[in-house]
Amino acid sequence: MQARRLAARDIACRRGDRLLLRGLSFALGPGEALQLAGANGTGKSSLMRILAGLLAPIAGTVEREGAIGLLDERPALDPHLPLGQALGFWQRLDGPHDNRAADLGLAGLEDVPVRYLSTGQKKRAALARLIGQQAPLWLLDEPLNGLDTRGVALVEGLVAQHCGAGGIAVIASHQPIAVPGLARIELKDFAA
Amino acid sequence: MSGLFLPLLVRDLKLLMSGGRRGGALLPVLFFLAVAMLYPFAVGPDAPLLARTGGGVIWVAALLAAILPLDRLIEPDLELGFFDQWALRGISEEALVAIRMLAHWLSFGPPLMLATLPASVLVGIDAEKLRIVELGLLAGTPGLAALGVTVAALTAGLRGGAALGGLLVIPLAVPLLVFGAGSLAIGGEGGIALTGAVSLVLLAIAPFAGGAAIRAARG
Repeated sequence: MQARRLAARDIACRRGDRLLLRGLSFALGPGEALQLAGANGTGKSSLMRILAGLLAPIAGTVEREGAIGLLDERPALDPHLPLGQALGFWQRLDGPHDNRAADLGLAGLEDVPVRYLSTGQKKRAALARLIGQQAPLWLLDEPLNGLDTRGVALVEGLVAQHCGAGGIAVIASHQPIAVPGLARIELKDFAA
Repeated sequence: MSGLFLPLLVRDLKLLMSGGRRGGALLPVLFFLAVAMLYPFAVGPDAPLLARTGGGVIWVAALLAAILPLDRLIEPDLELGFFDQWALRGISEEALVAIRMLAHWLSFGPPLMLATLPASVLVGIDAEKLRIVELGLLAGTPGLAALGVTVAALTAGLRGGAALGGLLVIPLAVPLLVFGAGSLAIGGEGGIALTGAVSLVLLAIAPFAGGAAIRAARG
C-alpha cells in the first residue's frame, strides 16, 4: 500500500490583513482522523485550503503523501445538469467507481437538476463526488452543514469506514462529530 | 492527461455552444448580424461607400460580438469550485485555459464566419473582399478567443468584471483589427499573414497568463 501521511508544521494563516492562526502543527498517519474545532471566523476554511495546497501559508509547511479529496461548501456540480450527469462528469475524470448513491439517499434523484436539490441533498451529492474520487486524504470543511440527523450519522459512518480502510480524514467543524479515535484540535488555542 | 482532455472539452463545449446554459453561441451571432444590418441604415444607400467600408464594419462587429460571452467563460466555474477540484486532481490551470480557448473559439469563430456570408450581402461587399474577410477572420478569431479567455480569467471574481473585461479586450485587440481589416485595403495576403501572426502570439501567451490569473484569484 502506498504511504499516506498528512502533516502540518508550524502553520500560520491569515485572511486579508488579519493573522488568524499561528504555530499549528499536527501529523496524521494511515487510519487517523482529526477534528479542527472552532467558532466561525477562526480560520477553519483558510486552514483547510492551506492543507489542500490551494492556498500558501504565510509560515510553516504542509507535507502530503497521497491524493487530496476536498469537500467544502461548493459542490462543484453544474447547477443546470441532472444530478446523474453532473456526477457523471467527475466519474469520467476520476474513473468509474461505485459512489454508493443509494446509501447516500440520492436514489431517484438522478434526473433532478442540481439547482433544485436542497442544501442537504447537495451536500450528499458532493459526498458522492468525494467517494468517487477515491482519494486517501479527505479534507471535509463543515461536512455536517445542512444535513439532518440521518445525514450526520451517514457522514460519521463514511469517515469511520474511510479511516478503517487506511485513509486519513481532517474535519473542520464547529459541531460535535462522533468518529472512533477522532483527535481534536481547538483552533482558539492557536489564535494569533 | 489525454484521457482527461475529452471530458473537459465536451463539458466546455456543452456550456458554450448554442443551447448551452451559459447563453449559447447564438447571442454573439445575432448581435453581429444586427450591427451589419444597422450599418446601411445609418450610412445611407450609398453603394460604393458601403462596399468600401463594409469589410471594416464586419471586423468591428466581430470584435464586439466576441466580447459578449466574456463573463461566462471563467467566473462561474471559479465560483462553483470546479477549478479547485481540478487543481486537487493535478490538472494544470494552463491546460484548462487552453481547452477553454479551443471550446470558446469553436463556439463563436465558425458561427461568426458563417454569419459573415449574409452580413457581406447586407453591407454590399463583393466576392473578392468577402474571401479576404473570411480568411482574415479565420486567422484572427483564434487570437480573439485567446484574448477573451485570458481577460475573463484576469477579471474573474472582480466586481464589475464583465464591463472591465470588455474595456480590456478592446485595446488589446487593436493589432488584430489593424491587420485584419487592413488586409482589405491593401487587398492581399500580407495583412492576413500578420493577423495570423498576432493570433499565434496571443495563443502562445494566453494559457500561461490565464492560468496564472486563475491561481491568483484563488488566494
